[in-house]
Amino acid sequence: MNTIAETRTKSLLYLEDVSVSFDGFKAINSLSLVIEPGELRAIIGPNGAGKTTMMDIITGKTRPDTGKVIFEDEIDLTKKDEADIAQLGIGRKFQKPTVFESHTVWDNLELALNRSRGVFATLFYTLSAEDKSRIEEILSTIRMTHRAHEYAANLSHGQKQWLEIGMLLAQEPKLLLVDEPVAGMTDAETAETAILLREIAKTRSVVVVEHDMGFIRDLGVKVTCLAEGSVLAEGSIDFVSSDPKVIENYLGR
Amino acid sequence: MISGFILRALEGKIVIAAGILLAVAMLVPALNLLTPPDSAFHIPTYVMALMGKYLCYALLALALDLVWGYCGILSLGHGAFFALGGYAMGMYLMRQIGSRGTYGNPDLPDFMVFLNWKELPWFWYGFDMFPFAMLMVLVVPGLLAFFFGWFAFRSRVNGVYLSIITQAMTYALMLAFFRNDMGFGGNNGLTDFKDILGFQVQAGGTRAVLFAMSAIMLALCLIVASAITRSKFGKVLVGVRDAESRVRFLGFRVENIKLFTFVVSAMFAGIAGALFVPQVGIINPGEFAPANSIEVVVWTAVGGRGTLIGPIIGAILVNAGKSYFTGAFPEFWLFALGGLFIAVTLFLPKGIVGTIQHGWNARKALKAAAEAEKGRDAGTPPVTQQVQAAE
Repeated sequence: MNTIAETRTKSLLYLEDVSVSFDGFKAINSLSLVIEPGELRAIIGPNGAGKTTMMDIITGKTRPDTGKVIFEDEIDLTKKDEADIAQLGIGRKFQKPTVFESHTVWDNLELALNRSRGVFATLFYTLSAEDKSRIEEILSTIRMTHRAHEYAANLSHGQKQWLEIGMLLAQEPKLLLVDEPVAGMTDAETAETAILLREIAKTRSVVVVEHDMGFIRDLGVKVTCLAEGSVLAEGSIDFVSSDPKVIENYLGR
Repeated sequence: MISGFILRALEGKIVIAAGILLAVAMLVPALNLLTPPDSAFHIPTYVMALMGKYLCYALLALALDLVWGYCGILSLGHGAFFALGGYAMGMYLMRQIGSRGTYGNPDLPDFMVFLNWKELPWFWYGFDMFPFAMLMVLVVPGLLAFFFGWFAFRSRVNGVYLSIITQAMTYALMLAFFRNDMGFGGNNGLTDFKDILGFQVQAGGTRAVLFAMSAIMLALCLIVASAITRSKFGKVLVGVRDAESRVRFLGFRVENIKLFTFVVSAMFAGIAGALFVPQVGIINPGEFAPANSIEVVVWTAVGGRGTLIGPIIGAILVNAGKSYFTGAFPEFWLFALGGLFIAVTLFLPKGIVGTIQHGWNARKALKAAAEAEKGRDAGTPPVTQQVQAAE
């Protein structure tokens, strides 16, 4: 069995003994988690298990009270803010699709593109041929080429979710955190989203928080079950879903 | 790079608006100076002065629109930046009076002599030089906006709370400027101006040039604002307005984006104030009054926030209305203003220009749809038929 020191040397994201409490309520309770480069990981757990809080901690929105959050073996994420962490290569998709509704699909992707984000760099930015082909490539990945010049406000719920995933791709992150990507999607959209995420995970690590067990089965990846702010079980979906503690806490008898 | 930035600004509507402003800058002074007073085309001096005032207000509304309409920061204290620009100009004009004041003191403005001050306070140094004073018109409002924004945006003060502290800022400045020992003329402010750059402030020619400058500066600021909002930065700005956290998680420093916009906007407001003061002949702490800043919000909302032309039209229309009402039914003006704001909020949430634009776009979309329909009828059969044929 690997010791912690050994796993550390090859982890992309490494959380050790992280705790945070809000007004005395322990939202995260000595949580430890390791994500390896290129890994696709699903995270499940009942409401209030701390899934979203964990993402808040990784992306710098919430500071943990104690514990380590290390990115690529050396960068301490607890010292950085959201913009720093995003620039380091961690992208985040919110639970509710969050896109720029008064911009077109194209402009949404252009803004997300991993280019210099300073005030003057953006003031004097002109679209290069390279950036143009990159946006076209992402448009075809998220299957929205025909709607490139549509305002994002006019998209359906599922299309907004995809656009947001596309924006995260444009950001070229090393790690993608995806919060409930298939909430409110039709079955067909859910199946397509699973294909899309698996495709994305070929070139980067992805962490998916989801309630939909069918979707997680579709993904077919390692699953971590959280409850009351710490890891309850970890392993394949069959292993986790047969764990008596998981059944007790989450799946229900 | 820079040329691309400017070229992008020159979109159809902006070119037309700037062109109209430049035409106004030449025509109105010409009609004022060159036509005899009994001619049908003559524009009396008092009308030109009034129009010049409206143009300054329009520039102030444009400044507010940049932060409110595009970045979502509702500043209820933009009058402060306007007044500071006005004071910088006023200080220059005071120093030009020289020994022609009531007390005939060549070194000190009248109010300082009256207060028994013996020498000029340090912060009045340099204001006898026009270029320095003009620099201060930009620097003083810009610095205030920078420090204010630095703390407010870094601490992520948002929404109503930000509006309240901007209001508190202008109120605090008003109270400070009312004090005689601040050294800005206290209650009475700065007035009795004589010369600007050696020309008599009250002379017809000077008034015409000041009017023309107001129109030209408004046109210039409009083009700069258009260049900003049409760049990628402008798109980020709208992103901050609509989904701030998304912008942050994309890796942008939202506080810097807001700070830059706030400072540019404050400088626009400062320019407006500096042009306003020589045309009305006085600047006093009343310009800092919170109600003034709120009025600017009304102009911008009426014209249409988030459009650049809207606030200009709004400021001119509302102020023209104000001039008429305060003359014809003085006691009803405030009711009319309040009613106007409620009516616009309820029935024209996008403002005049926003509503027209919306209707125009909807009509264009309808037309395009109809055209596509027609094209389909004439040419290729509809998709469903094709599918059936394939089957």
